[in-house]
Amino acid sequence: MSEQLHDLRLTVNGVAHALRVPARRLLSDALRHDLGLTGTHVGCEHGVCGACTVLLDGLPTRSCLMFAVSAVDVDITTVEGLTEADGTLGAVQQAFLECHGLQCGFCTPGFLTTVTAGLRQHPTPTEDDARDMVAGNLCRCTGYTNIVRSVLRAAELAGGEA
Amino acid sequence: MKPAPFAFVRPQGLQHALEALAADEGAKVLAGGQSLVPLLNMRLAAPTTLVDINGLPALDEVLVSDEGVEVPALARQADVLASTAVRRVQPLLGLALAHVAHATIRNRGTVVGSLVHADAAAELPMVLALLGGHLRVASTAGTREIPADELFAGPLESTVRHDEIAVSAFFPALGADEGVAFAELARRHGDYAMCGAGALVRVEGDRVTRAWVAYLSVCDVPTVVDVELDDVGAEALAAAAERALGRLDPVGDVHASADYRAHLARVLTVRVLREAYDDARARAVGGRADPLGGRADPLGGRADPLGGRADPLGGRAESRP
Repeated sequence: MSEQLHDLRLTVNGVAHALRVPARRLLSDALRHDLGLTGTHVGCEHGVCGACTVLLDGLPTRSCLMFAVSAVDVDITTVEGLTEADGTLGAVQQAFLECHGLQCGFCTPGFLTTVTAGLRQHPTPTEDDARDMVAGNLCRCTGYTNIVRSVLRAAELAGGEA
Repeated sequence: MKPAPFAFVRPQGLQHALEALAADEGAKVLAGGQSLVPLLNMRLAAPTTLVDINGLPALDEVLVSDEGVEVPALARQADVLASTAVRRVQPLLGLALAHVAHATIRNRGTVVGSLVHADAAAELPMVLALLGGHLRVASTAGTREIPADELFAGPLESTVRHDEIAVSAFFPALGADEGVAFAELARRHGDYAMCGAGALVRVEGDRVTRAWVAYLSVCDVPTVVDVELDDVGAEALAAAAERALGRLDPVGDVHASADYRAHLARVLTVRVLREAYDDARARAVGGRADPLGGRADPLGGRADPLGGRADPLGGRAESRP
């Protein structure tokens, strides 16, 4: 017997998408496999690593701990939605580039979404704030030093320090 | 790392949700999913139906009164943590919630879901047990209240029946003569604690009249001990910790041996009793309005959990009779 499929509409980065998926399709997999938005990375698939973090109505959320069928009434923002309208990098992306806040890049989408929301809460973070902001995301390359610098630089670029 | 197949319902009304749950013995309620979905992904659980209650109306309004805090099924941990009214009426909730996983998890995770999940390593079951709160559950047969001391049956096992939905949890207010404290030790910030403890101390003047300590991550269920404290000198506190240990049965695992857990329980017992006593005394003279606001760094480097979500519950999800 084939698995029942559900028709849904997901709003991702301001665009409505129609898709047909089984109930067990994780939001992370729906974004990657069904919508082709492979910027969202899938690491541990049990909520620990933070690579799959997307914004739901602006709040960071693990897309691997949610089913696509449950994400029907929210605005989803993925890393693809963090660039400016003209295609240039957003402040957080630019800061990670300038400060070498990434090496292999696997964890980066989760950091970018998390920090984007974090800076809305704390536009002028201290170094401690910056560390706390990214405490739920794992990076195995950088040792976090440059990520913390990136957070502080992103706050400057976004005008929080002005 | 993908869940087994399941049927999915997303009811728009409570009655429909209860019927869907009653119709399948293998059905499970999905709220925040921050504990349930990992279990599904790892196939440690394989419910045949998931009843997603996130579409149900009127289950996100936290009610704060002089009696206490009533948290409905869809109130997210982040919103409860950010509420100054909640922290004023029952400060232990905020103190403990600041230790629940990471902010990202708290954005989605619910207070009630954590209680039903009944993880003895989680903070909120311990808080409900220590405060003597209760859970309100509904089924097609009606509603009932489960007192905290009848709620936790074993590791990851609550007495909520398969056809019931936990609709709200009630946390009693802090009394005028009471103080609270919370402490836990985890290997990494945001991880499950190797040991955690909360204290509720009642005073009359500078004298302790009653004192309880509750533990997480020590036994198979959250455990509350009346430590029969009458003095807060070092000797009396150490004796209280020994009395508590006599009532605990620390379990060993890959994170901490039983002996180490017992050691941590001793140290934390003394610490939280002292802090809760100081808290009660400070409150008695009006010096402790908001423990999260008043302490140096209760939120791990965060100036104010409200920052940015200035008053997430204001006007929307909070009403105070």
